[in-house]
Amino acid sequence: MLSFIGRSIVQKIITLFFVSIVSFLIIHLAPGKPSQVDPMNPKFTPEVVERFRKEFHLDKPLHVQYLYFYQDFFTGKTVSWKDNQSVLKKIWERFLNSLPLFIVGTIITWTLSFPIGIRSAIFRGRLYDRSATFISYLLISIPGFFFAYILIIFVVTQFHVPVIGMETFGIGETSMPHIFMDRIWHLLLPSVLGATGGIAVLSRYVRSQMLEVEGQDYIRTARAKGLPPEQVHYKHALRNALLPFVTMFGLILPGLIGGSVIIESIFSWPGMGRMAYEAILARDYPVILTVNFVSAVLVLIGTFISDILYLMVDPRIRL
Amino acid sequence: MTNDSLISIHDLKVYFRSNSEHARAVDGVSFEVRREETICLVGESGCGKTVSALSILGLIPTPPGEIAGGQILFADQNLLELNEADMQKIRGNHIAMVFQEPLTSLNPVFTIGDQIGEAISIHKKLEAEAVRENCIQLLTDVGISSPAQRLKDYPHQLSGGQRQRVMIAMALACDPDLIIADEPTTALDVTVQAQILQLFRSIQKIRSMSVLYITHDLGVVANIADRVYVMYAGIITEHGNTAQIFHDARHPYTQGLLASLPSRSKRGTRLHSIPGAVPNPAHKPGGCPFHPRCPYAIPTCSKEYPQMCDYGQGHLARCPVLFEGGG
Repeated sequence: MLSFIGRSIVQKIITLFFVSIVSFLIIHLAPGKPSQVDPMNPKFTPEVVERFRKEFHLDKPLHVQYLYFYQDFFTGKTVSWKDNQSVLKKIWERFLNSLPLFIVGTIITWTLSFPIGIRSAIFRGRLYDRSATFISYLLISIPGFFFAYILIIFVVTQFHVPVIGMETFGIGETSMPHIFMDRIWHLLLPSVLGATGGIAVLSRYVRSQMLEVEGQDYIRTARAKGLPPEQVHYKHALRNALLPFVTMFGLILPGLIGGSVIIESIFSWPGMGRMAYEAILARDYPVILTVNFVSAVLVLIGTFISDILYLMVDPRIRL
Repeated sequence: MTNDSLISIHDLKVYFRSNSEHARAVDGVSFEVRREETICLVGESGCGKTVSALSILGLIPTPPGEIAGGQILFADQNLLELNEADMQKIRGNHIAMVFQEPLTSLNPVFTIGDQIGEAISIHKKLEAEAVRENCIQLLTDVGISSPAQRLKDYPHQLSGGQRQRVMIAMALACDPDLIIADEPTTALDVTVQAQILQLFRSIQKIRSMSVLYITHDLGVVANIADRVYVMYAGIITEHGNTAQIFHDARHPYTQGLLASLPSRSKRGTRLHSIPGAVPNPAHKPGGCPFHPRCPYAIPTCSKEYPQMCDYGQGHLARCPVLFEGGG
């Protein structure tokens, strides 16, 4: 067990090294240069551009730039080219903003998808299953931004609550319960919207997993023993159907960054996804590369957690 | 039907419907199992043996399956009319089943102690400690060494033969009156097969149970059966005790099966085989379903459904042609 953990950490560090090289190269291969973001601006005279390039080592060969960047990165000195602020500090602030959205969205997705999918499989072909299927496909087919606007219009006109941003402007003047409720309202809609697509897809996946397991020989054995249907479905079938989701559970971590760009943009939510998106538009290399590195770390942590979970839930896997 | 009959099936019909086809998998099967005897249901793959067995326990998936008629009488009740809750009290408790593939028939993520104990705690409602002792006793009975340690094992840690022993222990858990064994040795190699057969014979004697043994292997039949029912394309074609079937077969299909058995005395000669193939249950020939492959077929065979002909002493064969011809 310990040797497995050690081995896997070493492997992941090696992977991370290659990820750093590849992402660095891709950024530099992409068209456009940081010094060309705003060529029409009269302030960007050739001298200024030249100074800018010197300042950020852009005149050096690529591998030297790479070393400079990761030297800064590991000493925590990376700063954004746009506003000269520490990148790590910026990311940490945005991360704290994204976290509640991610947690609430994930909880809604996973707690609803499983009961819906399992019941669909058990009542296969009946009214419940067919309506769940219909609604799933409906939610998958509706573009997220369109659905978001419909919901915003509905909530704003029906309940008269503001939903854009993380809080209502100027709410800090009022009492604590007010601020609290205001936060909840602002959190609710983007989380629900972020979850709908997930629920639609995940519940379909749960259903098909469950159906596959229900057709196995050991389910017939369980029934032949005289077990009541609840025990057959929720013990024998579910435990086996859950195995693949252990892998998925580790892979939702990276969703913290990329999963919510659209939702964050619609709701003007100052999260990680939006920051990354804006950094790409501004060709703010330090921010892009750091976000990239952090998401690679999240992916690797996620797969590591999956591996450990798999070990615990599937007795057939031994080291 | 005699007084010591344990379970009797009358004219059971099980059909499978799909959009275009209507497969008559079991088409009017009748047989009975008496107390403390071993019955073999013999036939080729797809002749309806397993479907008959599964319908006894109400395990046919409906849809697509459909019990189209008949009766299954067990302890003065028709099992086909019981509701799901009453059927659960029969399954595992009075009638238990051992399946063909012990690897896929055991749940991979639960220990065997858990899987055997489940049936006991459901039907007998014992304390956890008593269930554990029961499991250990059962594993000892089916010949598994160091049973207390084995209880904590998962199915993948056991060999094929051990897995099938576990399946048998599971079936024995509540001391059922009848064990249905659906080709339990097919997936095992020959030496293990012999051990499992021996195990079936001894538990049948010790526990005075009845066994309904389903197989396509006539060697197994000769080894274990008291009486034999031969099935072909969803019907019973011949019935008799083991000696009658093996030495005095009266149905052309049974005769064909016996002639196809490889033996040392026929070494070097070509193996006999029955020409043609088992009919698709959705497109069965009219009249006697065996007539397209039968060497004795006469024109009436394709028109008239054959009746059972009585050769005395319980020996029945569904072939009027041979009955009138050879008497």
